[in-house]
Amino acid sequence: MKANVWAGRNHVEVRDVPDPRILNARDAIVRVTSTAVCGSDLHLVDGYIPTVEKGDVLGHEFMGEVVEVGPGVRDLRPGDRVVVPFPIACGACFACEDGLYSVCENSNPNAGMAEKLMGHSPAGIFGYSHMLGGYAGGQAEYVRVPFADVGPIKIEDDLPDEKVLFLSDIFPTGFMGAEMCDIRPGQTIAIWGAGPVGQLAAASAFLLGADRVIVIDRFPYRLRVARRTGAEVLDYEEVNVLDALRDMTGGRGPDACIDAVGMEAHHPTPAMYAYDRGKQATRMETERPYALREAIMACRNGGVVSVIGVYGGFVDKFPMGTVMNRSLTIRAGQCHVHRYTEPLLDRIRAGEIDPSFVISHRMPLSEAPRAFELFKHKQDDCNKVVLTP
Amino acid sequence: MTDRLARALGWTSLALGTAQLAAPRAVTGLCGVDDAPEATTVARLVGGRELLHAALLLGAKNPAPWAWTRVAGDAMDLGVLGRAAANRTGARRTRALTALGAVAGLTVLDAACARRGTAKAKGPLQMRASITVNRPREEVYLFWRELENLPSFMVHLDTVRSLDRRRSHWRAKGPMVDLEWEAEIIDERAGDLIAWRSVPGKGVSTAGLVGFTDGPGGRGTVVDVSLEFGMRGRRLAAAVARMFGEHPEQQVRDDLRRFKQVMETGEVVRSEGSPEGHRALRQLHQHPAQPIGGRT
Repeated sequence: MKANVWAGRNHVEVRDVPDPRILNARDAIVRVTSTAVCGSDLHLVDGYIPTVEKGDVLGHEFMGEVVEVGPGVRDLRPGDRVVVPFPIACGACFACEDGLYSVCENSNPNAGMAEKLMGHSPAGIFGYSHMLGGYAGGQAEYVRVPFADVGPIKIEDDLPDEKVLFLSDIFPTGFMGAEMCDIRPGQTIAIWGAGPVGQLAAASAFLLGADRVIVIDRFPYRLRVARRTGAEVLDYEEVNVLDALRDMTGGRGPDACIDAVGMEAHHPTPAMYAYDRGKQATRMETERPYALREAIMACRNGGVVSVIGVYGGFVDKFPMGTVMNRSLTIRAGQCHVHRYTEPLLDRIRAGEIDPSFVISHRMPLSEAPRAFELFKHKQDDCNKVVLTP
Repeated sequence: MTDRLARALGWTSLALGTAQLAAPRAVTGLCGVDDAPEATTVARLVGGRELLHAALLLGAKNPAPWAWTRVAGDAMDLGVLGRAAANRTGARRTRALTALGAVAGLTVLDAACARRGTAKAKGPLQMRASITVNRPREEVYLFWRELENLPSFMVHLDTVRSLDRRRSHWRAKGPMVDLEWEAEIIDERAGDLIAWRSVPGKGVSTAGLVGFTDGPGGRGTVVDVSLEFGMRGRRLAAAVARMFGEHPEQQVRDDLRRFKQVMETGEVVRSEGSPEGHRALRQLHQHPAQPIGGRT
């Protein structure tokens, strides 16, 4: 079959690889009908997530049709149409019972590797490094889905792929980012990053009752999409974000701040950017945490900083003093997607939201390398790419 | 104690190395060798070497065995100073002999530290690990008590065959030779603990203890395991060491993860990168994360 594999730093390639087969009784094989490129794939491709190896199949946002199930899967059968959450979760451990699916205790066969970097291991993730399981990803014609009786959600009506595909990651991720803000009526939420996750976090914040949402980025086309959710926008190359947010919130600061940027942020001051960029390139720190630092500084006293942008390792110059002295709460996590698939599918069905507004490009899987180029370099107003095998 | 001595020796190396690099002439003067034209160069080289000792002794997690590098350095220094003393007379000879005495004193400390450090590493191989399994205690205990289940999650074991209620025959995959031994259960309290050891005089000397307690808040069962492998005979010691690889504790932790998976999900979880499930060696040499091919 064809699959998009990591071939080295800044280099992906569509190659012929073996077809997947059942390895565990609770596996299913899914024929992928739609898959997407995620901003977090760029961290892998750029070489900032450790333990990615040449030949790894990428992709953790995908949906398709079940073509085979292992003997332990009872509630799925060939022909079922499913969307698959990006974290792999067993459904039976302490974490899964508590709804913390992205830190499932059983789904990472390489937990020992993750423990060395992070202390304890999170769940395995499709196509997202060996430290997080070494699972083949979904930018492929077929994919093996472990614990198929736990993760995949069946789509039994005629909703098109594009409306439900993002239940696999970015819609629940944006939603959880907003949910972690504990939004109350009248509140203002600021969101760093107007990529698809930031855009869906903005839409989710409104669904959860936010009064105002302010989205911060520097690409006009992304800010345009964000504005369509009803959000106000700030271009951080035009204004001083901290001053602007203070002005917009009566001097108090946003009630909660969402970091939807993560480890490869950009900074408008060249010297500041060069400082962290240089340290990251030489592996002295793994992150460029400008968005996070700024979100912490901007947040009102006693507010929440909700981190859904992906970080890989260690941050320098972390403003812990402001977190402690101003009673901030930091909440973070890879999305516990399984918690959100049903309720969010219901919201899509009810017409409350159509997450496909983020899509800008549709291409065949064979053009995955071009999709990565456009998306990475923000060319051709590339906001979100959907690939079809 | 040994580690504290090793760290102290590391600081000594750091001080000596810094002095030799910063003020080589003062050092050669103290040793009475300032008349030799190459003395400052030698002092600088030795200073560099001392910094290497310092890096090893202050940087290593388990520093004592690295004191052997200091012992080697001492031998070199004793040779140089001995020759210097023999070729000199008067005040220079006295200073060289004093330096020689000081180095000899340090050598005694270095050797003691290094020997104790290595001796500690040669005791029986002991491993401990804990895990919490989200199943009732009775069920977890019963699965373990059925010793024939152990190879399904303990990767170094090939088979365990029960001979009777207490005795069992164990077989492990060694890299060169298979190891076989007979074990007996020496203590068992239903639902609480199982202790076993190999029958004396039949090859391998090993013992194990597993305890089961209720998890906090009544959720699941805490499983504490300790394993011990005696090292009788070089061949056996080598086989056991290779069987457990570089990180024996990691292997036991991985064994327990597999045990947890079997109890909670029914089987060992596999990925394309680790098609055999958790395995310390596989974590170093992963299969690419792409389908592994072969028959369905």
